Amino acid sequence: MTSDPLLAQLKFRDPQKARALAAALQREVDAIGRDEITVMHVCGSHEQSIARFGIRALLPRQLSLIMGPGCPVCVTDAPEIDEGVALARQGCRVLTYGDMLKVPGTVQSLGDAQADGGKVDVVYGVEQAVEIAKARPDEEVVFFSSGFETTAVGTAAAILRGLPKNLSVLSAHKYVPPAMEIVAGMPGSKVEAFLAAGHAAIITGCDCFRPMARKYRMPIVVTGFEPLDVLAAVLKTVEMIRRKEHDVANCYPRCVTGPGNLPAQKMLWRVFEPVGGQWRGIAVIPDGNLRLKPEFAAVDARRRFRIDVKGLWDYAPRQLADRCICGEIMAGFKSPKDCPLFGKECLPESPVGACMVSSEGTCKIWHQYGGVPDLKEVG
Amino acid sequence: MCLGVPGKVLAIDGLNATVDFFGVKKELRLDVVDEPVSVGDYVLNHVGFAIRRIPAEEVGETLALFDQILKDVAPDDLMAADVIGEMAAGKEQGK
Amino acid sequence: MAASDRVGLRHGAGGRAMRRLIEEVFLGLGGPVEGGVGLAAMDDGAAIRLGDQWVVMTTDSHVVHPRFFPGGDIGRLSISGCVNDLAMMGATEPLGLTCAVIIEDGFPREELERIRDSMKRACEESGANVVTGDTKVMGKGEVDGIVLNTAGVALTRRVVTDAGLRPGDKLIVTGTVGDHGMAVMTRRHALSIEGDLRSDVAPINRLVRAALDAGGDDVVAMKDPTRGGVASVLHEFAEKGGVGVLVDESSVPVNPEVRAAGEMLGIDPLVVANEGKAVIGVRAGSAEKVLAALRSHPLGRQAAIVGAAIAERPGQVILDTGFGRRLLAEIEGEPLPRIC
Repeated sequence: MTSDPLLAQLKFRDPQKARALAAALQREVDAIGRDEITVMHVCGSHEQSIARFGIRALLPRQLSLIMGPGCPVCVTDAPEIDEGVALARQGCRVLTYGDMLKVPGTVQSLGDAQADGGKVDVVYGVEQAVEIAKARPDEEVVFFSSGFETTAVGTAAAILRGLPKNLSVLSAHKYVPPAMEIVAGMPGSKVEAFLAAGHAAIITGCDCFRPMARKYRMPIVVTGFEPLDVLAAVLKTVEMIRRKEHDVANCYPRCVTGPGNLPAQKMLWRVFEPVGGQWRGIAVIPDGNLRLKPEFAAVDARRRFRIDVKGLWDYAPRQLADRCICGEIMAGFKSPKDCPLFGKECLPESPVGACMVSSEGTCKIWHQYGGVPDLKEVG
Repeated sequence: MCLGVPGKVLAIDGLNATVDFFGVKKELRLDVVDEPVSVGDYVLNHVGFAIRRIPAEEVGETLALFDQILKDVAPDDLMAADVIGEMAAGKEQGK
Repeated sequence: MAASDRVGLRHGAGGRAMRRLIEEVFLGLGGPVEGGVGLAAMDDGAAIRLGDQWVVMTTDSHVVHPRFFPGGDIGRLSISGCVNDLAMMGATEPLGLTCAVIIEDGFPREELERIRDSMKRACEESGANVVTGDTKVMGKGEVDGIVLNTAGVALTRRVVTDAGLRPGDKLIVTGTVGDHGMAVMTRRHALSIEGDLRSDVAPINRLVRAALDAGGDDVVAMKDPTRGGVASVLHEFAEKGGVGVLVDESSVPVNPEVRAAGEMLGIDPLVVANEGKAVIGVRAGSAEKVLAALRSHPLGRQAAIVGAAIAERPGQVILDTGFGRRLLAEIEGEPLPRIC
């Protein structure tokens, strides 16, 4: 156990400072004088951090901090999961990140495929996939890679270094800036500002958000994931709303720069190309999916194998997803109680849309707790 | 979206680094990080890759930025002085 | 078949899904137990009245991957699990245990003997005695290596259930949380994390005895936080006792290595399994006395009061994080490392 003071400081977890920021936030919101201010974050890890540290309890009543399409795992669409399931059924060993296991496909999740005897294993990252493929030269190993650009960069680096012959990649990687544009441009959207995801911005930099901030006339604040990072950024955001500053602010300067990590961007776009695709329960996002370029066909599982997804659909092609309103819930103008599937076909154990898949998704929280509970006065 | 954890570099072998994360160790790849990394540096890990070297001085700068944001808020409000005072007191206690 | 028509791994992970499966499928098996604790209570074991005391019975099956892990193995787990389940009902002196073992064709005899030796040691630590057993060998692929089932019987004059909390009662955990699950998980999946992560697997009947001797009738609820971790136990306490539970996160003891691994993997130690710990509900007046007794025992040195039962929000568990409060959810399925 280390007691290095810098490591401790890196944690940014001082409750007293958090309360000072929260007090300032309340005054800033009061100064605006409106009953409703809506800020959207677009990051699963922001939601995890907000929920885990109980940060919503510190926020002013008038401020809603809502979760946008920010979890690459939750927005992975059923047909993409089906491809992984089909490969497992075809005898490949499918390796993936832990949070992918429970995401439902049309018929099965990868976890279901594993319970059925499919060779599905959880890995920490692509490096472990390389090790496993080397240790099992007689097997076809598929790395089912998901995640935003932050994660895709690692996949790209491994591919550029060269994969073992028996390892290929099934890319479900997503690219976040186009999804923010879709939400910002949704008619009737209440979103007045974005908190942008700090770790994706390490790669892309924060300058890339500037055209969007101007076009949609809203502040975009990049920040990290410690309680103080989130609170300081929310405070900065509300201040910018009050001052009508339609620009980008960087509240995560210890990690994020204007231009971002250029060598990483180079690796990313050397290996991947953006294509349009459906994000679960949200919309078709132009340029939202990252696919391997044709020159990497040899390591692209979609090109190496004939993936028989239709064989799966013969079992139970229920297209509930068409009726899912996750997109509108995320955009802040509908609530779970407006959804025809909520609590009926769409349940935590059999989720349809992204908001029920995510452990901190709006629908999941509503289902477990009947809305957003106020716990300040309890006990 | 992306779980990232800061850790301290203990050893480097080519593009592999051994990094201490508050008590557990893990090998990280250095392919992606955009600055030279040395033993003793702090890096941010995502799925086994160092994606950023965190310069020690910038940690202090981030904290200073938070203080600045607090000062910028509702500048005509007398309460602001109280809050900044409260923060300073918190800092003292933390020492 | 749709996923809902089949039993899935999440049904075995100690959370809501498992309780629902048991309720829907198995509860009908058990008739009422006059003045005791039967299947319907879904407690750690049963308690059947016999004169002025109770016969406590429990049974558990054990499979774990890997079978040998830092801090223990499946053998130690099988004895500890059984002894601890008895102890959680207040029966800390097991009369006898049974051991049934199902072995896959080709299983190495040397491993079997190591497992037996480890069971023996756990028996010695707890004062338990295996009095009968059963052995089956299955064909290759019909069972995954080895399955161990243990059952135990013990007598007690006072039964402690999961349903005894009243508002104001204090909640104690007997030591650091998350050690077992984190040690096993980091070895089960290809995570390549190094560090001193060790299972806490141990029989804790004697530790529990110390708490019962110190607190007497003021010890009102006990459960071992195995699958689903402390979070799951607190939910059971809250639901069965009809109270809310308020937990102070900063007072929950967590080993630094477990905390570090949790940060890296995005896993909350409160939902990670333990195999040598108990969560104990105590009337407020006796809480300090019970805590002192626990801390004077080698397995309870890091025991801590972590929260209290409250009248508001019955059935729910509220976590005070130091920043704000949130509802602590139960985990669905096995905790898995996250990337986001």
